[in-house]
Amino acid sequence: MKYKATITGTTFDVINHALLVFVTVLTVYPLIHIAAASFSNGFRLMAHQGLIFWPQGFDLAAYRAVFRNRNIWTGYRNTLFMVGVGTALNVILTAMGAYVASRKNVFWQKPFMFMIIFTMFFQGGMIPLFLQVRALGLYNSLWSLILTFAISAFNLIIMRTYFQGIPDSLEESAKMDGANDFVVLFRIIMPVAKPVVATMVLFYGVTRWNGYFWAMVFIRNRALYPLALVLREILVMGTVSEMMGGSVTATDSEQIADSIKYATAMVATIPILCVYPFLQKYFVKGVMIGSLKG
Amino acid sequence: MADITTSAPSVLTNRGRVRVNLRKDFIRNKYVYLMALPVVVFYVLFHYMPMYGAIISFKQFSPAQGIMGSPWVGFQHFSDFFQSFYFWRVLRNTVVISLSNLVWGFPAPILLALLLNEVRSSTFKRTVQSLTYIPYFISVVVIAGMIIDFTQTRGVINDVVASLGGQRVNMLQRPGHFVPLYVISEIWQQVGWGTIIYLAALTSIDPGLYEAATIDGANRAHKLWHITLPSIAPTIIILLILRMGNLMTVGYEKIILLYNPGIYETADVISTFVYRRGLIDLAWSYSTAVGLFNSVANFTFLLTANWISTRMKQTSLF
Repeated sequence: MKYKATITGTTFDVINHALLVFVTVLTVYPLIHIAAASFSNGFRLMAHQGLIFWPQGFDLAAYRAVFRNRNIWTGYRNTLFMVGVGTALNVILTAMGAYVASRKNVFWQKPFMFMIIFTMFFQGGMIPLFLQVRALGLYNSLWSLILTFAISAFNLIIMRTYFQGIPDSLEESAKMDGANDFVVLFRIIMPVAKPVVATMVLFYGVTRWNGYFWAMVFIRNRALYPLALVLREILVMGTVSEMMGGSVTATDSEQIADSIKYATAMVATIPILCVYPFLQKYFVKGVMIGSLKG
Repeated sequence: MADITTSAPSVLTNRGRVRVNLRKDFIRNKYVYLMALPVVVFYVLFHYMPMYGAIISFKQFSPAQGIMGSPWVGFQHFSDFFQSFYFWRVLRNTVVISLSNLVWGFPAPILLALLLNEVRSSTFKRTVQSLTYIPYFISVVVIAGMIIDFTQTRGVINDVVASLGGQRVNMLQRPGHFVPLYVISEIWQQVGWGTIIYLAALTSIDPGLYEAATIDGANRAHKLWHITLPSIAPTIIILLILRMGNLMTVGYEKIILLYNPGIYETADVISTFVYRRGLIDLAWSYSTAVGLFNSVANFTFLLTANWISTRMKQTSLF
C-alpha cells in the first residue's frame, strides 16, 4: 500500500509505531524481568523495588543452586523422554489417521472421520478418563501421558487438509510400482508434507513440554515427575528452601529464594525459545489451515 | 470444526451386493484399514471407553464393584448438585470468566492485527510479530508462577501501584481481582498468536481496492472502514461464533494453579470443582455427574455454533 505523505498520515504513523512498540514491550517485559532477576544477586533483588531491566548485581548463585538440584535433573530427564517418545508417537499416529481420513474410495472413511470429529464435541470427562487410565494399569507411569494424548483431533484435521492438497499423481505412480499405503505415506507423502510435520512437532512438542495438569493427576511417584511438576512445586507452591534443602544452607536459600524461582523458570523455558525460531516459518501455515478448516 | 453430518455412502438396496462390495473394498484397502486400526484402538480406549464410563454418574460407583457392578441411583447426583450451594457459584463463575475473556480478549488480536497492517516496514512488522508470539509457547506453570510473584504485596505490580500513590494489596487474595487478573494474563499470552489468522485474511485483500480508493480521494480512515473491515468481517464472525461455542470451557489448568479457598467465591469454575470433588475428595460418581453436565452443556453450545457457522459459510460463499 502506498500513501501520500500528509501531516495526518505521518502523525498516524508515529502514533501507530509508538503503540506497537508499547504493546511489544508490555508483552516482553515479564520475560526480561525473569531473565534479569535470575542473574541477580539475592540481597540486591530483595532490596530492589519496581521494574527491572538488567541484573541487579550479576550473580550466578541461583543457577548453581538450580543445577545442583536433583529434582530438576530427573524432571528434565522425564520430560525429555515423554516429549521425545510422545511427540514421535503423536506425529506417526496422527499422520496415519490423517492419511486414512484423506482417502477417497474407502468405504469406512466417513464413519472413521465421524468417530474422530465427534470427540471434539463431546467428552466423557475428567474423572472417567482418570478411571480408564487407572483401569488400563497406566497410573503412575509416564506411558499414561504418552498414550492418553497420542492424537489430537484438531491436529489430525490440519494434517488431513494438508494431505488432501497433495496431488494424487504422486502416490498413483508409487502404487503402480507396487508400493503399499505404508510406503506411500512414509516415503512419499511425509517428505512432501514437511511444513505440516514441522507444525505438528511444534504443537505436540510444546503441549507435552508445558503440560502439568494430567501429570499431576496420573503420576504420584516423585522420581517420575516431569519438569512441569517440579516447576509447580518451586514456582507455585513456593517450596524453594525445601527443594533446595540438600544443596544450600537455610539462610542462603532464604536469600536467593526469589532468584532461584526465576532461574528455574528460565531453565524450563529456554529450550522452547531455542527451537521456536527454527519452526516459526512453518507454524503460521499450520495455524491457517487449522482455523480455516476448523 | 468441519461438518459432522456423515451420510454413509449409499451402497444400495441389495444385501448380497453390499456384502460383495464391502469385501472388495476391504481387500483393495487392506493396508488403509490396517493403518486405521491403531487410531481406532486409541479412540476406543481413551475417548469412547471414558464416555461409557460416564454412566457412573447414574450409579454409586465404587472401584471394588466396577462400573457394571455398582448400584444405580438414577439422577440422585445431578439433583444433589443442582440443589447445592455450589451449583450457582461454579456456573456463574464459569460463565463470567468465559464471557469476560470473550469481551476483552476477542477484539484484542483484531486491533493488533489492524495496527500491524498499517506498518510499512516489514522488518519492524516481523519483529513485533515474532516477539508477541512468544508468550503463547510459555508453560502455564511458569505463567502462574510469574502472576503469583508479580501480584504479591511486595511484587513488581504493587511496586508500580505504590509509586503511583496506590495501596499495596495481595491481589490473589482478593476475590474482586481474580477475573481481571485471569483475563489480562490470557490476553497477554494469546494476543500475538491470535493475530496470525487476521493477518492472513488481511494480506488476501486485493490491493487494487486500495488503489482505486486512493484515486477516489479516500484517506486511511475511509479505507479502514470501507475496505479493510468489511474484508475481514467474515473471518471475525466465524471466529466469534466458534468462541461462543466454547462458552462453557474455561482454562482450568491456570485457575487450579492460581486460586485458593479465599477466592473460590469468584475463581472456582465447573471443571476445577470436578477436579477437587473427584480427584481430591474421591467422590467419583458425584464429580462425574457434574462433569457430564458440563460436557452436555458444552456439546449443545458447540453444535449450535457449528450449525450457525456452517450456514454462514454457505451464505457468504454464494
